[in-house]
Amino acid sequence: MADPMRIRAQAQEGNALVRVLMSHEMETGQRRDASGKVIPAWHIIEVSVAHNGKNVMTAEWGPAVAKNPFLQFTVKNAKAGDKIAVSWKDNKGDSRTDEATVS
Amino acid sequence: MRTVRTSLMLGVGLMAGSAAWAQKSTTEAIEEYRAMLADGNPAELFEAKGEELWKQRRGPKAASLERCDLGKGPGVVKGAFVELPRYFADTGKVQDLESRLVTCMERLQGFNAAEIAKTPFGRGEMANVTALATWIAAASKGMAFNLPQAHPMERTFYEAGKRMFFMRGGTHDFSCASCHGEEGKRIRLQELPNLTRSPGDGVGFAAWPAYRVSNGQMWSMQLRLNDCFRQQRFPYPEFGSDALTALSTYLGVNAKGAKSAAPTLKR
Repeated sequence: MADPMRIRAQAQEGNALVRVLMSHEMETGQRRDASGKVIPAWHIIEVSVAHNGKNVMTAEWGPAVAKNPFLQFTVKNAKAGDKIAVSWKDNKGDSRTDEATVS
Repeated sequence: MRTVRTSLMLGVGLMAGSAAWAQKSTTEAIEEYRAMLADGNPAELFEAKGEELWKQRRGPKAASLERCDLGKGPGVVKGAFVELPRYFADTGKVQDLESRLVTCMERLQGFNAAEIAKTPFGRGEMANVTALATWIAAASKGMAFNLPQAHPMERTFYEAGKRMFFMRGGTHDFSCASCHGEEGKRIRLQELPNLTRSPGDGVGFAAWPAYRVSNGQMWSMQLRLNDCFRQQRFPYPEFGSDALTALSTYLGVNAKGAKSAAPTLKR
């Protein structure tokens, strides 16, 4: 079970500035462990964002994204009280969804 | 139709290429880099995990840590970090935050303290100790360090820590003071704080636990001190040993008045 994300969403001039911190190893599949064996790839492959239940963004991610990724974006026409839900899926089939309210 | 603008922070590579980078002093550039990343400091993830662990019923006794006494009474978290290490009457020892947490995990939750102490950093219960320490440190963010020195044991630990700080040894024959004993020293790009006096807010002792971007790990004070011993080519003292607590007491007392910034973000 993956650890929760930290999502902050702030209303700004009719939009919402959203900052997301995700807890993930983001293993590239190119590193080797102490015994020389390749550490299998383990990273987020898809991130999607919903604004009040309606999908507003989908992103495909790969191994180039750093460990514990930080993602920042602006949702247009979002106001205080709106719900922003962020979901990710990784290549091992694990997933996580967290929701925040725009403040 | 709504549209979305995204920006992804992938690491230092994006910034390092800019021309402005080279014109700044290294300290300014490092400051800027830290400010840029501080907004999304992954230490927050460990903070959240630590808070959850504090409240969760765990261990053989299925108990939470909410009755743990960190020096300000059972369950008091806020302000505890800036007064540690201190003397604890129930164990008869001066303890730092991490060794005190392990004591609580043993007494309240029934974990085996010796086994936790042997666990490598970032693994198993040791990873939980670090997360707990991160959360507890964060609860005292912005508060000034004020370690108690009323008990004779606390003064003894300060003196012992001071001796360790100035003790030269190892294959390279240097002490903590060789690097951290005067102003203006640096190692590669990094300026080193003078730890014989208060180096200021959020620097030195007042800056750990911290998230290290270079290896994506959360570092506790004990791990930080271990790394100093490694650089000195000395064997590591045991986790929670009096040696580390003495050194922490010396650094913590010297940091008096400095505001804690932990958990911070380091390269």
